[in-house]
Amino acid sequence: MPERRTIKTDYLARVEGEGAMSVRLRGDTVEHVELRIFEPPRFFEALLRGRSCLEAPDITARICGICPVAYQTSAVNAIEDVCGIELPAPLRALRRILYCGEWIESHALHVYMLHAPDFLGYDGAIELARDEPAAVERGLALKKTGNEVLALIGGREIHPINVRVGGFYRAPTRRELRRLVEPLERAREAALETVRWTAGFDFPERAVECELVALSEPGTYAIERGRIISDRGLDIGAAAYDEHFVEEHVERSNALHSRRRDGGTYLCGPLARYALNGAALSPLALEAAREAGVEPPCRDAFRSIVVRSVELVYACDEALRLIESYEEPDAPFVPLEPVAGVGYGVSEAPRGLLYHRYRIDADGTILDAKIVPPTSQNQLAIEDDLRAVVERYARLGDDELRAVCEQAIRNYDPCISCATHFLDLQVERL
Amino acid sequence: MKTVVIGVGNAYRGDDAAGLAVAERVRVHAPELDVFVCEQEPIQLLDAWEGADLALLVDAVSSGAEPGTVHRLDATVEPVPAAVFRGSTHAFGVAEVVELGRALGRLPERLLVFGIEGTAFSAGDELTPAVAAAVEPLAAELLAEAGCTSTR
Repeated sequence: MPERRTIKTDYLARVEGEGAMSVRLRGDTVEHVELRIFEPPRFFEALLRGRSCLEAPDITARICGICPVAYQTSAVNAIEDVCGIELPAPLRALRRILYCGEWIESHALHVYMLHAPDFLGYDGAIELARDEPAAVERGLALKKTGNEVLALIGGREIHPINVRVGGFYRAPTRRELRRLVEPLERAREAALETVRWTAGFDFPERAVECELVALSEPGTYAIERGRIISDRGLDIGAAAYDEHFVEEHVERSNALHSRRRDGGTYLCGPLARYALNGAALSPLALEAAREAGVEPPCRDAFRSIVVRSVELVYACDEALRLIESYEEPDAPFVPLEPVAGVGYGVSEAPRGLLYHRYRIDADGTILDAKIVPPTSQNQLAIEDDLRAVVERYARLGDDELRAVCEQAIRNYDPCISCATHFLDLQVERL
Repeated sequence: MKTVVIGVGNAYRGDDAAGLAVAERVRVHAPELDVFVCEQEPIQLLDAWEGADLALLVDAVSSGAEPGTVHRLDATVEPVPAAVFRGSTHAFGVAEVVELGRALGRLPERLLVFGIEGTAFSAGDELTPAVAAAVEPLAAELLAEAGCTSTR
């Protein structure tokens, strides 16, 4: 009879938000892995019903303090979709620069404050800061640059108030936007240093095997819009999302788990974007990836921290490119005439695909809303990963095993506050 | 003397909004004060209190005390207990940001941290009565600390 061991962690810190995960082991065999979620996730969908579609970006921005721009962008994409609005190039550029700012902020937070301590053997960023203050300050400076982009274009750093359906309340002048050039150039240098820093870490082994899903836009690394594609031939518009992906209610969880309609597990986020669109990264980002030995595609879950760092380089580079070529728009937004119908919007939140669907009536009132955050979509893939990691490292002592499990969960930068509350990690050995 | 008042919380999560409510009352009473509101990701607090002689920070807490109880500590001389200041939905909580600031030498001259004990933190909840009742007295205490006389 195999030995029974129980490992319990009351609180898994350093993921965005909180949730619960438990693992049951019999000897070296994993019997059960689950991600449990306690928060009523549908609160915001209910809140949106009966509100004006113009309020959707402001309300949904409140779902997450780390990725408000993602929520706003998927929301405005969906409302613009149903109303038949196309944005002129300058407004699209602004939307993309703003989103780059959010990627910089979110990725810097995750790489430096949440994930790097795992690789370097620290309990968290505070301990890391005591030994490597220069590295942590570099991360904070990067994050601050992301904040500056949000503050300048979005109106304020968290929950930008300048975003509206059809564009912005006010568009910055060329001169105003150029204020971001110097900080972004410094951030780009810091991002290159981040790639070199993370590439030198030691990586546990775990290859992602499931289907990879990301947005795609010809000629660019898709961020703020695109078609949904996969490495197994999927290629659909946002309107077909519900035909190909389902959310299942799982007894133990208040959140819904997403899977492909044929039952398959899939993964979205940096590894998927990198595998599917890596060739569209800027030359500088690709060169950094090459030097770091992580050219796309990369299916190594633990090297996601390096991929995130390459995306940091790209986000700085891309924002600088767009600022350089920015032409002030004739008007800050395209006026909206509500049209009764259903609109679909997607964008690439820092942690993966974010889907919104709204049904509105002829005066623009929201009749129902559906929001599928990236962490719900990645939940099954995270569980698969955890199962594989536990099997591979079952012989480690309890503390070491717990540490590698937490590190594995953080590979996906789960934003559990979008989908959940409290994350406890419990490993039970039978 | 540069003073900043900081309210931390989430407006959509019941008693977690207590810090925001206090900051809002301070703003009403003393428009001349620097008031900073942080709705979730708190690492930006390092910038919010940069260069301040006095920072007064309010957050909701969950420590098992009576609802509405106000905890007070001087973070410049003692650590902020992470077990208490983790009621918010963000994993990188106020306690960690303060300790990160301490590790990097980025705390203000003086940092007073106030925690209002809450009980309901679910999405969509309102402030509970005990917590709502604690808001105005704590705002008055902050104004006194900041050397302001309440205007109303």
